[in-house]
Amino acid sequence: MSDLNWQPRIVAFFCNWCTYTAADLAGVSRLKYAPNVRVIRLMCSGRVDPQFILDALAQGADGVLIGGCHLGDCHYGEGNYKTIRRFQLLQRLLRDMGIEDQRVRLEWISASEGERVKTVINSMVEQVRALGPLNLPQRREGWDREMTPHNEPAAKTQPAPQRAQAEVAHA
Amino acid sequence: MKYSYFPGCSLKGLGRSYEESLLPVMKHLGVELAELDDWNCCGATAYMSVDEGKAAVLAARNLAIAEKAGPEDLMTPCSACYLVLNKTQHNIADYPEINDTVRRALGSAKLAYNGTVKVRHPLDMLINDIGLDVIKEKVVRPLKGLKVAPYYGCQVVRPYATFDDAWNPTTMDRLLATLGAEVVPYPLKTKCCGGSLTGTVPEAGLRLTYILLKEAVRRGADVIATVCPLCQFNLDAYQDQIERRWGPARIATVYFSQLMGLAFGLAPEQLGLKRNFIPMKPLPAQQPAQKTTV
Amino acid sequence: MNTNHSNGDVRIGFYICHCGHNIAGMVDCAAVAQFISKLPGVAVSRDYKYMCSDPGQELIQQDIREHKLNRVVVASCSPLLHEHTFRTAVAAGGLNPYFFQMVNIREHDSWVHTDRAEATAKAKSLAHAAVSRVRFHRALETTRVPINPDVLVVGGGIAGIHAALTVANSGKKVFLVERNPSIGGHMAQFDKTFPTLDCAACILTPKMSAVRAHDNITLWTYSEIVKVSGYVGNYTVTVKRKPRYVNEELCVGCLECINACVFKEGKFPDDFNVGLSKRKPIYIPFAQAVPPVVVVDPERCLQVRTGKCKKTCLEACADRKAIDFTQKEELVEIKVGNIIVATGFKLFDAKRIPEYGYGLYPNVVTAIELERLVNSSGPTAGEIVLRDGQPPKSVGMILCVGSRDMKTNRWCSRTCCMHSMKLAQLVREHTDADVTVFYMDVRAPGKGYEEFYDKSLKEGIQFVRGRVAEVTDWAMAPEEEGKLVIRVEDTLAGFVRRIPVDMIVLAAGMEPQADAQAVRRMFNMSCGTEGWFLEKHPKLAPVSTFTDGVFIAGCCQGPKDIPDTVAQAGAAAAEAMALADKGFIEQEPNTAYIVEADCSGCKSCLPLCPYTAILFDDAQQKARINQALCKGCGTCVAACPSGSINQNLFEDEEIFSEIEGVLAYV
Repeated sequence: MSDLNWQPRIVAFFCNWCTYTAADLAGVSRLKYAPNVRVIRLMCSGRVDPQFILDALAQGADGVLIGGCHLGDCHYGEGNYKTIRRFQLLQRLLRDMGIEDQRVRLEWISASEGERVKTVINSMVEQVRALGPLNLPQRREGWDREMTPHNEPAAKTQPAPQRAQAEVAHA
Repeated sequence: MKYSYFPGCSLKGLGRSYEESLLPVMKHLGVELAELDDWNCCGATAYMSVDEGKAAVLAARNLAIAEKAGPEDLMTPCSACYLVLNKTQHNIADYPEINDTVRRALGSAKLAYNGTVKVRHPLDMLINDIGLDVIKEKVVRPLKGLKVAPYYGCQVVRPYATFDDAWNPTTMDRLLATLGAEVVPYPLKTKCCGGSLTGTVPEAGLRLTYILLKEAVRRGADVIATVCPLCQFNLDAYQDQIERRWGPARIATVYFSQLMGLAFGLAPEQLGLKRNFIPMKPLPAQQPAQKTTV
Repeated sequence: MNTNHSNGDVRIGFYICHCGHNIAGMVDCAAVAQFISKLPGVAVSRDYKYMCSDPGQELIQQDIREHKLNRVVVASCSPLLHEHTFRTAVAAGGLNPYFFQMVNIREHDSWVHTDRAEATAKAKSLAHAAVSRVRFHRALETTRVPINPDVLVVGGGIAGIHAALTVANSGKKVFLVERNPSIGGHMAQFDKTFPTLDCAACILTPKMSAVRAHDNITLWTYSEIVKVSGYVGNYTVTVKRKPRYVNEELCVGCLECINACVFKEGKFPDDFNVGLSKRKPIYIPFAQAVPPVVVVDPERCLQVRTGKCKKTCLEACADRKAIDFTQKEELVEIKVGNIIVATGFKLFDAKRIPEYGYGLYPNVVTAIELERLVNSSGPTAGEIVLRDGQPPKSVGMILCVGSRDMKTNRWCSRTCCMHSMKLAQLVREHTDADVTVFYMDVRAPGKGYEEFYDKSLKEGIQFVRGRVAEVTDWAMAPEEEGKLVIRVEDTLAGFVRRIPVDMIVLAAGMEPQADAQAVRRMFNMSCGTEGWFLEKHPKLAPVSTFTDGVFIAGCCQGPKDIPDTVAQAGAAAAEAMALADKGFIEQEPNTAYIVEADCSGCKSCLPLCPYTAILFDDAQQKARINQALCKGCGTCVAACPSGSINQNLFEDEEIFSEIEGVLAYV
């Protein structure tokens, strides 16, 4: 199932003041790096809703990179602290889902660190390339199998127990 | 305190007075030294210039044996051995090909180098592990009135300055001051002594030796203290030739450990002082009328 | 009100810029335009050579009229550069400027990739994302934030002084805060300035006096900034006023107290004379200090430290009673609209290059030390002498000490070639010594600077091209006895030389101040990789920072000489004045807002806002955002569990559509 032409696709959320500016600096310095990353500009890494990350993965991204200011340097004071809190919680969730750590990365890159933008992007692309495509549909099947341990179609058609009928059904 | 001990070829040969003085001094300070069993030549500067891979294997064998002997640090008094072992450790860590060669070669002798052994210089141990306070307590005959020019040579400071400053090292200066000697400011303390060139290209090599001797005399030093067997030999053995070529520059060169031994009150005969070509002037404190103060 | 719809009403104009060869050289612009033209809602899709130019902007405006566009997307350079340009163009075309979205395919694409196919594919996907997103844009209005016309200038060197005077002359009120007891900075320590050899004090002191006399300037010396809060136009700054133990209003600068001090002689290193002379615990920084008021060093004064002193100083000042040991540190809060940071530089510590013998050999001095020796109000009354009091017969000047050096500082300190030549000329003037300058390159780029170099050569100053290896006192020949020998490879002559001299002068380079990181955090600025404060754009915005209302000027932004420093100070003053004169700033409308119906009153958002823009309405049990205070970071937006907080310009649906767009194209 590995398509020889497959290229990792990574969505990046960069904060306007630090990482986006650093990426601009990398451009101005004509540094060269892998073209697999697509940047979405936000004002602060604190704006990154975990749903954005999950949605990106669901829409077909093989990895997500979040870039913000170094702790203590956030243009808005404390936004990046909230980012790291949310990120750590999300990471636990992703691990439970079997999604590898290297696919979703949080990096602090300041406005003058153009070189770092290049090294982070290059290293992430290589790591994701080594991991292969995320292949979410396949993983979903795996989760379904986990939830129905006996994996027999018959199990699904058994009538729900008496008590369950009294409860409101959730799809 | 326990250390493994790698003497190297020089300390058993031309530089034997270094070992003869260093071992009793260390014993006097309560340091236990266990000479490595079946150690081999480190290869010195010569082999590294010929074949880096094989040179690494030769040196690494000693490191492997040291690791096998125990967890202690490895005292390596000879400057060349010290540098070679250090460089070998760096080469094995930085270059996968050398790492590979060493691993396979040592493996065939059922040995392994794991990168755990620490190679230590006696000056480093004296200043950082034992401490100048302890040394000061052991001084019974302070070297009062003895003017010493501290000469480090190149290999303990270049290219790695592991325990002292590369440009202006002071470990030996401080040690000599603790022994009561008057340390002469000696700006050439890390300049090359000529190394092996004194034998192969004497016009160049001996000239460097001459510069060192001349400046030490000019500074009013009574004796040069050194850490390296080759430096000691160059500074000590060629003074006649040097005088014929460029002019007189007569001064004795001893090992710092020999001065330590004298200060500790150990018998001069035990310290190998008679092996020097140029004899050291007697210590001022040895003159009968003077009282020694601690 | 819903003026957007993902289908139907939306008519998007898409423009991709060639930027000459910059983008078109790597991205196939026509292909991207073609691709975008097929997307739903795209009414016009063009590629053009220079979108930011007048014709480019007119193209957009024309299309808005003719094609009834209600959305515009431009794919070109970074929005940080031209988003404003295009928004203005769109507004001039009659469309709300926030119906515009920009795509970065230059800094983030054509300039950083090497494969045309990949770069074009990336441009297509980024453009797709923007086109998807822009559907959801709504008309927004900027809010006006009033600007307090008062300006704070931090640092009282020539940069701070010039900036303060410029702003004050326009009628605005300026607070000039300087951490040392006197203004003047490094320039006050110089003797003459290149290339005119004007006396530094002569050109500086009138400006210093003008500062003191100016009605519009509040001069607070011996004071520091400890806290800055707020935002452009509305900064609240806390200033710590350190106690001098001398009342500034009452002291007339007669210096009798210094004479009377129980310390009969100076005992402590005098900072102004760079440690070459000693001062008493009560002192005046230098004769022309502004304010011309004495100051007591709390760490050295017996009375302050122990409480036990005869206090002969008080007796000496019995009439005016200016000395007051009960003074305490004071914290004062001020409100300003703009801040100009002009905190200057510090000198490289030459001890870090032990090969040059600074600190080891007494006759190795730094250029600033020689400057003080040369100065007639210096420790030797202008006599250039060695430590033993004798004049030198030969002087060697070593350039690039701590500059252009891989082991210490990589940058060029820009002034050392010139000030070394100046000092060389002054040495020749004051003594008859031979002077040799050891250089790697001679940098003399300013007006009259190259001619100054010619003058140096004509005056018989020797120049040896070579990086000095070491300074030593070991003599190889009789003529070297008692001298310092410079060992250097004379690269033009082609051999190694030993040059004996009496005195060596090290041109120590400039470095950022030791507390640069702490200071820049306080003002919400960044530092570059080298540690200098970061300007908004190295070419086009050298005195602005990324924080609106905070400007930088002088050497704190990077090494430079006095003309450039004064130019930057003027520039920063002008930019601050422009904001203050306008009276308001147009705040980006990317603020957060709460959809009241969805707010459950859980209060999760309240503690998240660094600007305390979120308040809780207890009566209604709803959170409310103060639009004037909100800076638009979006942290609360991401945190709200019920999704009731949205952010203008960064709505959830806008971001989701961007994600979808960026991944949709394969």
